[in-house]
Amino acid sequence: MRPVGTTVAIAIGGAVGALARYGVAVAIPHADGTFPVATFVTNVVGCLLIGVLMAVVERGRAPDWARPALGVGVLGGFTTFSAYALELTGLLDRPVVALAYLFGTLVAALAATWVGLAGARRLLK
Amino acid sequence: MITILLVAVGGAVGAPLRYHLDQVVGRRTFPRGTLLVNVVGCFLLGFLVQTTSGPALALLGTGFCGALTTYSTFGYETVRLLEERRYGHAAANVAVSVVLGFAAALLGLGAGRMLG
Repeated sequence: MRPVGTTVAIAIGGAVGALARYGVAVAIPHADGTFPVATFVTNVVGCLLIGVLMAVVERGRAPDWARPALGVGVLGGFTTFSAYALELTGLLDRPVVALAYLFGTLVAALAATWVGLAGARRLLK
Repeated sequence: MITILLVAVGGAVGAPLRYHLDQVVGRRTFPRGTLLVNVVGCFLLGFLVQTTSGPALALLGTGFCGALTTYSTFGYETVRLLEERRYGHAAANVAVSVVLGFAAALLGLGAGRMLG
């Protein structure tokens, strides 16, 4: 893919991913001081999907545009680290919820990435 | 309706900026490009929630900062480090990302409070 095409593909993907994240946030509202379910779900689902996508890319079964548009763009725009960190600062007076969110997201997201990657590799063998 | 458009525009700018910054910074031994965009995005979002609201926050916070930062690439790069048995790098990536991201968000909140 030409560099301009790559940038455009990522931009379109980023818009789609950000909109999807916003949609999840609107669909699953959460009160201050409670577990941020929407961001948790977004990040874990995005990690599962990046695992699947990268397995397909590894196997050479994805078109050229798939990684920039879907991986860097859609899934990168869908998942977010900034909201995760900001929500943690909002839970400082709720240490149990903060720790559950901090480590719950890390464990679930990394496990989801691995499950997506390993599962899709097995299916594509 | 306007909010949806602003979130999309912010995402359309944040995602390619993340890609190009990652290309410039590089990631030969450590995924430092993703680390950089995540930490910068955490600071910015903290600053923005103190200084903006409504449409500006939808564009710059939800759209731009949300798409500039990423959890999926962070997850994938960490799992790849684990697969390559570079456990120290994987642990460092997780610890440094979380600690610096959290500290940057706090700093951004503080800076925004001073100026806002």
